[in-house]
Formats: sequence, C-alpha cells, structure tokens
Amino acid sequence: METGRGARLVGTALLYLAVTLGSIIMILPFAWMLLGSVKDLGQLYQIPPNWIPNPFVFQNYVNAWNSVPFSTGYMNSAIVTVTVVLANLLTCSMAAYAFARIEFPFRKTLFMLFLATLMVPEQVTIIPLYIIMRNLGLIDTLFSLIIPYALFNAFGVFLLRQFIKGLPIDLEEAAIVDGANRWTIYWRIIMPLIRPALAAFGIFTFLFQWNNFFRPLIFLNSVENYTVPLAINFFRGQYTTDFALLMAGSAISIIPVLIVYIIGQRQIIEGIATTGMKQ
Amino acid sequence: MSSAVKTTGKLSRQRRGDIGWGYFFILPQLFGVLVFVLYPLGYVLVLSLLEWDGLGDRTFVGLSNYATELTNPDFLNALSNTVYYTAMTVPTTVILSLMAALALNKLRFKNFFRVLYFAPVVTSAVSAGVVWLWVYNPDFGLINTYLQVWFGVTGPQWMLDPNYVMPSIAIMSVWLGMGFNIVIFLAGLQGIPAVFYEAAKIDGANRWQIFWSITLPLLSPTTFFIFVIAIINSFQVFDQVFIMTFDGGPANSAVTMVTYLRDLAFVDFVYGRSSAVAVILFALILMFTLLQFRIQRRWVHYD
Repeated sequence: METGRGARLVGTALLYLAVTLGSIIMILPFAWMLLGSVKDLGQLYQIPPNWIPNPFVFQNYVNAWNSVPFSTGYMNSAIVTVTVVLANLLTCSMAAYAFARIEFPFRKTLFMLFLATLMVPEQVTIIPLYIIMRNLGLIDTLFSLIIPYALFNAFGVFLLRQFIKGLPIDLEEAAIVDGANRWTIYWRIIMPLIRPALAAFGIFTFLFQWNNFFRPLIFLNSVENYTVPLAINFFRGQYTTDFALLMAGSAISIIPVLIVYIIGQRQIIEGIATTGMKQ
Repeated sequence: MSSAVKTTGKLSRQRRGDIGWGYFFILPQLFGVLVFVLYPLGYVLVLSLLEWDGLGDRTFVGLSNYATELTNPDFLNALSNTVYYTAMTVPTTVILSLMAALALNKLRFKNFFRVLYFAPVVTSAVSAGVVWLWVYNPDFGLINTYLQVWFGVTGPQWMLDPNYVMPSIAIMSVWLGMGFNIVIFLAGLQGIPAVFYEAAKIDGANRWQIFWSITLPLLSPTTFFIFVIAIINSFQVFDQVFIMTFDGGPANSAVTMVTYLRDLAFVDFVYGRSSAVAVILFALILMFTLLQFRIQRRWVHYD
C-alpha cells in the first residue's frame, strides 16, 4: 500500500516534469525571439548566448518599425481583418439561421454543398481566383482579399448552424405568433442568443485573417498594400543577416495575435475542441 | 425541421413567406460559394486542359499538361518532398500530441498547460518561420550553440544542407501545429465515459491494459480524425517553406506541391500546367477526405 502510493507520487512528479519540459520547449522559441529582439548584434552573436540582454536595446523596435512599411502593413491588416470578421459574423449567421430554422426548397442540398466546399483548399482554386480578381480590376487592392473571404466561409456557416440548432425554439415560436418577421427574429432573438458562438468564430476569423499569407502574397504587389505577413517577408528579404531587427519585426507582428489569444484563449481552445469533434 | 409551423392561417402565411426569407438569408454566402469556390473549381479543371500564359491565346491540349507534369522530374521532386514531409510530420505529431494529451489529462493545471501548448498554433507560420531561422542558424542559433557548448558537437547546417532542410521544416511544423491536436485529443479523452474505467478497475486491470483496451479503442475516432486532417494539411504546406527557404531551398530540396504550383503560375506563367498540378493536389486531398468518411464508418465507433 505504502510503496504503491510512493510509486504513484514519483510517477506524478515525473509527469509534471515532462509536461513542464514540453511547455518550455513550446515557449522557448518565443522567449528566444523576445530576448533576441532587445539585444545588439554583439550580444546576439555571443557564444554561449547570454539569455538576459545587457543592455536592453529597445532601439531595435524603432528601427524595425521604420525600416519596412510596418505602419502601412498594420493599417492594411487591420482593415482587411476587421472588415472580413464583421462581414463574416453577419453573412454566416444569416445563412446559419436560414439553414437551421427556415424551410425553403433545396435547403438540404444547398447545405450539403456548403459542407462539400470544406474539401476545397484555397491553394487549388488560387489560379482562377487570381484571374477573376484580375478581370474585376481588383488585383493589388485590399478588395481582392476582403470580398471573397467576406462572402464565403463554410466553416462559419456550419459552426453557427450547429449552435442555432441547439437553441430552444419557444422564443421564436412566440415571436412568430406575435407577428414578428424573420429578420426581427434573427436580429432580436437569435443574434443575442448566439453571442458565445459568434465570439469564438470572430476570434478564429481574426487569427486566420491576421496571419493569412498565401492569398496576399499572390494578390498584392505594391508595398503600400502589404499586410503584416508580407511586410515580414519583405523585411526578411532585406535584412537577412540582422537578426535583431528580424526578431523585433517578428515580435511586432504577433502582438495583436497574442493580445487576442490572451483575452480569448478559453473560447479559442474550447471552440476548437468542440467544433473539431462534432463532425 | 420546425414542427412548430402547422396549420393556423397566420403560420401558413408565414411559411409561404419563408421561402423568400430563406433565400434572402443565404444569399450573400450562396453568392460567395458559387463565385469564389465552385466556379473557380470548374475553371481550374478547364484550365488544366489548356496551354495559356494568362494573357495570350488559349490552346486546348487535352491531358497533355498532366502527362507533362507526371513525368516531369521537378514535379516528381515536389511530390516526393511533400510525401517525405508528410511522412515525417504526421506520425510524429500524432504520437507526440497523444502522449502530451494523455499526460495533461491527468494533471491538475491542465488548462494552464493547454494554453501554453496551444500558443504556437495562433502565431503565424510567417513570424514563427523567421524565428526558427534564427533557432536553426548554423553558427549562432539556439540548437547549434548549445550542441557546441554542452556536447562539443558541431551541429548541421540546418537550412543550408539539402539533407536537413525538409526535416528542419518538419520539426518546426510539428512545433507549430501540435497544440491543435492536443486540444482535440483532450476533448476526445474527456468524451470517454468514466464508467468504463471504473469497471476495468473493479476487474483488476492494470494501467497498461486500461490504456490498450479502453483508452486507445475509444479514442480511435479522434485519432483517425487527427491523422487524416494532419495528412490533408501537410499536403498544403506552403508558408513555412516560403519563409524559411529562398526559392525552395538548396538543390530544390524544399520545393513542395504548393510552392511548385505557385511558381508555375505566378513566376513562370504556365497556367495550364500549374492548374494540372492544382487538380492533382485536389484529387489527393479529396481521396484522403473520402477515405476518412469511408473508413470511419467501418471501424470507428461512436457510442
């Protein structure tokens, strides 16, 4: 009995040790980046490295910010991200409400169509999409990023539909009897009720849009239209050897993401856990 | 579904009006799916049968783009690099995530650790790629510095040696994506009813037996889901490769299917051949997705 408990205690201690070690490995590259971003080149190329910078060189951040179009990149990323998030919250919840609650011809078929498009990765359709955008005269504008993403998000439609289907229907029935039309029901009853799902979905969309690289890389040419990931890429091309600047730039680029993650980590993680599983 | 809508005059009027409302509500997304997904999907199939530089005349060439690519050493290199990358990342990520989830599931500060393990998932592959270039720096990077200081070993030229480029990117990708799988595994573990474990304990099963005959089988839907999603994702790898190598790495050692198709279309302007590669990529992804549904039905048990 005693030895059993002792062995279990040792086992638990080892487990904690392993898990802590694992989380250190997950965090280490970030620490390496943050500490590297406030060193001068002399400190950066020191062997063995001094983890704690001495002195702290915050000038790297100023230099990084000024040496590539980070300010325009931030502005452009913010425009694209905010517009797409708001548009997706609206259009996906509308479609989700219709698929969950309104009966109309071909509803099932159309919903299956939405689900099926989850199988089409954007890399497959990038060439035609580029041609469409070019024909519309939208290449090298932020519209080429905003419009397709704003009007299509099958994942969002699916996620919100599942959530709406889980809501009790009584309130809506009462509203129908009272003569409310569908828009009123959607806007006044459904939208407030699905706030938690909207929050999680909004955060996912924010993270995806902020980090998005593939389409901006192909659709945008001019530096003044660059989003943050393109600015980083541009930066990497220009300052391949100045790793202090690269680390500062990289840190600058993930600040919004980290803020959103810290605020929304619960919704993000639980959202992934539930939507990943509910097939 | 709304059984509420029955025969009252008011309700049936509502129901007739619903057809309009239904289409009104789905209109923006329906437009999006038609114009930005289905039309491009048909378009890419057509383009794959043409010879076109994006501006001049289009020539119908039948399946010759496919024939060209399937015998093209550059395409085969991209394909085999992608398969190699998949073979490295997928088993590693599934095993490590499962181990991490099993460990985390037992701990008191589960949520705290979960937040830490998930952190790389939310950062962009682009910023993370830049950081990992510094981690992999042959002379001053995190890994080689400590190999030198602690073990007196001179580490490899990670991103410069053709033999190490793809493994280096694979390691970074496992780090980047593991948190996602851990979270899903944890959800799967929580879905296993406690009664099974209690029954097993009463029967005197040891931990190992419990793991093999309860946890693992009941976790099979999750494992399979993660496995296939990981394969599909790794066939689409792009950001890391693009950021961490210049032009696909030394001796094209890091050219993947997506970097290859992007170069064909947007550097060399051979849209037809690039579209053929896109269709091949789609066929592969479709195959894995359908496989997921098919096999799932046969051996994965949902309770």
